[in-house]
Amino acid sequence: MRIVIRGGRIIDPANKLDVTGDVCIADGVITAVGAGPDDFHADHVINAHDMVVCPGFIDLAVHLREPGQEHKGTIASETLAAAAGGVTTVCIPPDSDPVIDSPAVVELIRQRNDATGSAHVAMLGAMTKELKGAEITEMHALKQAGCVGISNGMAAVQNSLVLRRAMEYAASYDLKTFLVPEDAHLANGGCVHEGAISIRMGLPGIPECAESIAVGRDLLLVEQTGVAAHFCRLSSGRAMNMVARARHDGLPVSADVAAHQLHLTEMDLVGFNGNCHVRPPLRSQRDRQILLEGLQRGIFSAVCSDHQPHESSAKLLPFAETQPGISGLETLLALTLRAGAEAGMPLMDVLALLTSGPAEVLGIARGCLTVGAVADVCVFREQETWLLTPEHMHSKGKNTPFMHWELRGKVQHTVLAGRPVYTAPGVAS
Amino acid sequence: MKRQNLQLDEQGQLRHFLSVEGLSRAMLVDILDRAETFTGVASRAVKKVPLLRGKTIINLFFESSTRTRTTFELAAKRLSADVLNINIATSATSKGESLLDTLHNLEAMHCDMFVVRHNQSGAAPFIAAHVAPHISVINAGDGSHAHPTQGMLDMFTIRQVKGDFHRLKVAIVGDILHSRVARSQIHALTTLGVDELRVVGPKTLIPDSVTSLGVHICHDLHSGLKDVDVVIMLRLQRERMLGAFLPSEHEYFQLYGLTEEKLAYAAADAIVLHPGPINRGVEIDSRVADGKQSVILQQVSNGIAVRMAIMSMVLGRQGESQEVKR
Repeated sequence: MRIVIRGGRIIDPANKLDVTGDVCIADGVITAVGAGPDDFHADHVINAHDMVVCPGFIDLAVHLREPGQEHKGTIASETLAAAAGGVTTVCIPPDSDPVIDSPAVVELIRQRNDATGSAHVAMLGAMTKELKGAEITEMHALKQAGCVGISNGMAAVQNSLVLRRAMEYAASYDLKTFLVPEDAHLANGGCVHEGAISIRMGLPGIPECAESIAVGRDLLLVEQTGVAAHFCRLSSGRAMNMVARARHDGLPVSADVAAHQLHLTEMDLVGFNGNCHVRPPLRSQRDRQILLEGLQRGIFSAVCSDHQPHESSAKLLPFAETQPGISGLETLLALTLRAGAEAGMPLMDVLALLTSGPAEVLGIARGCLTVGAVADVCVFREQETWLLTPEHMHSKGKNTPFMHWELRGKVQHTVLAGRPVYTAPGVAS
Repeated sequence: MKRQNLQLDEQGQLRHFLSVEGLSRAMLVDILDRAETFTGVASRAVKKVPLLRGKTIINLFFESSTRTRTTFELAAKRLSADVLNINIATSATSKGESLLDTLHNLEAMHCDMFVVRHNQSGAAPFIAAHVAPHISVINAGDGSHAHPTQGMLDMFTIRQVKGDFHRLKVAIVGDILHSRVARSQIHALTTLGVDELRVVGPKTLIPDSVTSLGVHICHDLHSGLKDVDVVIMLRLQRERMLGAFLPSEHEYFQLYGLTEEKLAYAAADAIVLHPGPINRGVEIDSRVADGKQSVILQQVSNGIAVRMAIMSMVLGRQGESQEVKR
């Protein structure tokens, strides 16, 4: 298939490119950017006048729910939600059921995605067997099977010796570790940020130090073992600054932040809104401010959606009993644009957080519009405002605290490996 | 924004009673005044008023309780309502999904009010947000969040003895972190405008963030009780020893147990409250609990009048309330 995306503002952070022109695609790869060859005969034309044309987004934390929890989401439904959000690569943590702790599970997910998916899937293999934090997995085999890194999902390895061994083993084979830092003892079964709101509402709190102490330990073990590490979904300003300092000192570390942490705080929990139940929890206004500053200072490599779709009954419970997580794929672009604007960042830098930044974290040759690269492209209207409604969403999970928010920045077209996978309703293609 | 005003209707009247937080001072005073009119009912030959005749109230207890349930039941019966008690032992998460199903089943029985106790913070507002519009919800204690009728009966008791709130110094002693009673008391006392409100206990049970509720923190009982007019003791749960909050009941009693000697730090006419049930020798010495400064039993009998007041305000909103005013 030959596609030309005509007349858009092409922004490609990986190549520091910001020009108006055409993007030509043939046989799944980018063949020209800017001024296309006169003799390019397209069998599909996408009109991108007054729109931004950029690499398809890479989301570092997406729960597809398949295999294991198909009542919450399937590879088909959630990768379609990805396409609707302009996301062409989803990085999935290993905590599916079964856990991604063997090449067979990697193959299973790959086959299902090949059959029904609308996005590339990058997989993180389990760091320990069944994520129990006791025995390390066959990481080399997982890497051979195609995993881009290893992680213990939300279940941070509590035993420092096991974590050390896992890091040493991973470092032996150049595997990056993806860490969700949490000291489980300090978290102590809490469900919200420990502070003024938790005390007011009588909900068990997770202190900020549950995250920063875990980051402190993990950084020391990174230094000890020499493994490359990526800190996922930081929520604490102090933890972020610790990672930034370590990075400045030369440790091979990076970090991302979930989009909702840049907009919501513990204050949004007032009224026991279960859709604001996330893990790590929404922190203080001060933390949010520091995270936004960190975004502006380039401390974060990526903004992710931390997509966790749920069936409606998972949230129809007293707050602490609701399941944590937000269905976030379809609001990732708009929320990132909004955060970028609040932080006073140029569009190029904002889009880097969704494209070249996460590509570098995963070590994959995507997230760019380089000639010859896989043609993953997102076309969006930067200024278009729209209302998020349940009917609007492609994800099976309608659980989002941003429901009925007016958002700005709307995806019009998504092209995956040279194939259109999403066109916004009402857009002539 | 809508959720925060869940307990008020368009006219600003009580539609549910879920938390003291967010209610105006005038509303709290109104509740206390209304309760005053009901105190005589218990001493009549016929201990009933016909205010809620024909109304059906369901006591829906997901967590066991004898005292609170009984006083709610008595209050409802003295208002001539029909009362049904339902006890549903529930585990933390697995049965949670049945909560809405349970509610919808009970709604189908055409009742008018749920009095709810649940072990999860926020359960009462959750239920209020999801019940059919004709049903009112009264929070009889949800997790560590709120126990507003207890808070109001404590205010009633304080006002009965002390009169005005403005000059009072009040100390609440014990496990603020886990106490729904303390939260409701704090909101009520700050809204009613006491002169000073202190909370007393170790840091493990009194996090620094408590100051955001408008209280002063004391870690020793002597300075905490100095010159106070009202001492509110909280019940200490045994499981606090397991969670590393406290080393032993013995040390707790040494430091924070209210004895006659320690009560002497307070003003000479200070009163002592306790929401019950009492752990004698853990948070309070028997001589204080049964002493002349104790108003603990008064609290219990006031509980019925205060609950009658709240139930009648919530259910008697459309002009049915004139009878009480007389």
